[in-house]
Amino acid sequence: MENNFVVSSSPHIRDNASTRRIMLDVIIALLPATAFGIYSFGYRAALVILVTILSCVFSEYLSRKVLKKESTITDLSAVVTGLLLALNLPSTIPLWMAAVGGVVAIVIVKQLFGGLGQNFMNPALIARVFLLNAFVKHMTTFVNPGVDTVSGATPLYGIKEYVKGNKANLAGYWDLFIGNIPGCIGEISVAALLIGAAYLLIRGVIGFEIPITYIGSVALLTWFLGGETLFAGDWLYHILSGGLMIGAFFMATDYTTSPVTFKGRVIMGIGCGVLTAVIRLYTGYPEGVSFAILLMNSSFPLQKVN
Amino acid sequence: MLLKRMFKGGAAVPHLKRTENCETIKMTVPEKVIIPMLQHIGTPCEPYVKKGDEVKVGQVIGNTDKFVSAPVHSSVSGIVTDVSPKLYAGGVYITSVEIKTDGMQELDKNIKPPKYSGSDEFIGAIRKSGLVGLGGAGFPAHIKLSPPQGKKIDTLIINAAECEPYITSDYREIIENSWNVMDGINIVMEALKIKNVIIGIEDNKPEAIKEMEHVASKSDKINVVELKSRYPQGAEKMLIYATTGRKVPPGKLPSDVGVIVMNVNSVSFISEYIKTGMPLIKKRVTIDGSAVNNPSNLEVLIGTSLIDVFEFSGGFKTSPLKVLMGGPMMGIAQFSLQTSVLKHTNALLAFAEKDATLPNAGSCIRCGRCVKACPMNLLPLYLNNNSLKENIEELRKYHVNDCIECGSCSYVCPAKIHLVQSIRLGKAQVRQAAAKGGK
Repeated sequence: MENNFVVSSSPHIRDNASTRRIMLDVIIALLPATAFGIYSFGYRAALVILVTILSCVFSEYLSRKVLKKESTITDLSAVVTGLLLALNLPSTIPLWMAAVGGVVAIVIVKQLFGGLGQNFMNPALIARVFLLNAFVKHMTTFVNPGVDTVSGATPLYGIKEYVKGNKANLAGYWDLFIGNIPGCIGEISVAALLIGAAYLLIRGVIGFEIPITYIGSVALLTWFLGGETLFAGDWLYHILSGGLMIGAFFMATDYTTSPVTFKGRVIMGIGCGVLTAVIRLYTGYPEGVSFAILLMNSSFPLQKVN
Repeated sequence: MLLKRMFKGGAAVPHLKRTENCETIKMTVPEKVIIPMLQHIGTPCEPYVKKGDEVKVGQVIGNTDKFVSAPVHSSVSGIVTDVSPKLYAGGVYITSVEIKTDGMQELDKNIKPPKYSGSDEFIGAIRKSGLVGLGGAGFPAHIKLSPPQGKKIDTLIINAAECEPYITSDYREIIENSWNVMDGINIVMEALKIKNVIIGIEDNKPEAIKEMEHVASKSDKINVVELKSRYPQGAEKMLIYATTGRKVPPGKLPSDVGVIVMNVNSVSFISEYIKTGMPLIKKRVTIDGSAVNNPSNLEVLIGTSLIDVFEFSGGFKTSPLKVLMGGPMMGIAQFSLQTSVLKHTNALLAFAEKDATLPNAGSCIRCGRCVKACPMNLLPLYLNNNSLKENIEELRKYHVNDCIECGSCSYVCPAKIHLVQSIRLGKAQVRQAAAKGGK
């Protein structure tokens, strides 16, 4: 051959999308919720965020090194996992626990299954559930936003007691929407999360299928079954509280652990919605978003849904 | 008529039609031509000439009695200097006739306008012309024009979508020879008794739409349809859907839904051929890419070597690292500049280093962009996985053979995975398994 031409299969041009750009978009979309969390809970929240991100990136770097594989920290996926994990933790959690969460997410859930794109459950959620089971007390102690660090019950705990007939303080819709409630660092402000979600939808990073069907089915079921009589549930209260917004827009839409087809995504959304509503209404747990998403994650290989 | 209907998926590729205002320049006769015996999809021709023979322009130099084929004609007058397998556009070796030209371009005495009555004789004449689909695929035209028994064709679709980046060969045909196009359409309509004609043009070519609307204004059977510019609008099945709303089922042909699709250059050629009897010996080729000096449109004699074409166009500004025959989405990368221009070559692109370097494939993150982009409703990521695992059964289950290799999935993949490449591999695995009888 007289020329050293590059001979390859078509197509010969590619668009400028990249994995790193997608991850960067997710980080950008999480910034409003992150900023609001730090604003509400102070420097302690910033520390938790910093520790989980560092823990995730460091775990990613080390495990790739030990496995003798190419380093992948520049694709920013570990940063996304770290940030998502922090946003799902209370600001008062001891920092070493937050760090352990990062290690669990990256080493056990992600790298041991083959790295980016291979894990079958959402790393940040597994880590959160792991911490929840290992350190129940620290994971369920929330403080009210603002300067007074009085511990408070989350709105979902409130409505659970309220429906049971116990007296409880219910938060107002506006407080729920803005985020003037106790809860995890990044889940409290629906407004901040929606700004980020709009960015992801406009950038085409996520589709509307999972969030709409997820939130829609939670709304329907809690309205239908969540009250003292049928069709008397406070559905608006349910969709504005807990981890539903961050779960529906940022966790259930995780590429690796959700289906790729329209049909599959609708099943994913409705499945998560049904499970979340059932856990919230009929079990001992006030909140079910994490479990719902993880259950759907792990059931897809069984259902053979693409 | 603006069309709202749109095929599903595809990709927003850049247009890069830098040569749209480059009037076609006739290239001079090269010193020698190498004419391969395979310039169509189907059975290669047997060479009809041997070393030392004298040949004239338009003389048949290769033919076969197999149905799926088209005869090959000499594009020059001169002396046959070699008949042997030579490097072909796709990287394989194909028997080719090498002719040293004499520059006289003397016509073969058999060339005269064909006489025909009825569709069978018309189709016979088309086969003799050597016409293949000039849009790029090279499917013998006479087969396209003869639908299977019992299939009624009601619509002729003229493909002027030209959705590949860079290429302006079809566009220039409309701008320069619109009456020829019109004439060719009328000939085909009349010969095959077709009632409707739809000319599909993407909306990034307003001049072409205006021109065709102008020449078609007298006929109420011929409609110009403005298509949305989205790749692969010019792919047969996508075009049929966009213009008629009919869906060609997997494994079926356009004639199964009553449609024939022809490239705008093909019908224009038919008009010329019926007038003069001159078979297919030349082709308009768009020359472009980051390594060439003068992006241009050249009329090239078939069999001219790529190096001669590039040199005539003005040469390279930097030495090219990748040379394509066809567009950047579906074109074939060349091993050498010694290969020849074929009947269905519509572009020659030469790229400098920065456009030639292959991206490194990363891990699939299952973002689903390939699924969204696939105009055939396939799941490219699963085809990729199963082809790498040589999982024949799964490849069949995911309909690997329905892939039209348009390249949309690879184009949009953020991990830069070479999806089309592995899907092609998957198709080959399925073929091999079928050959072994493991159906």
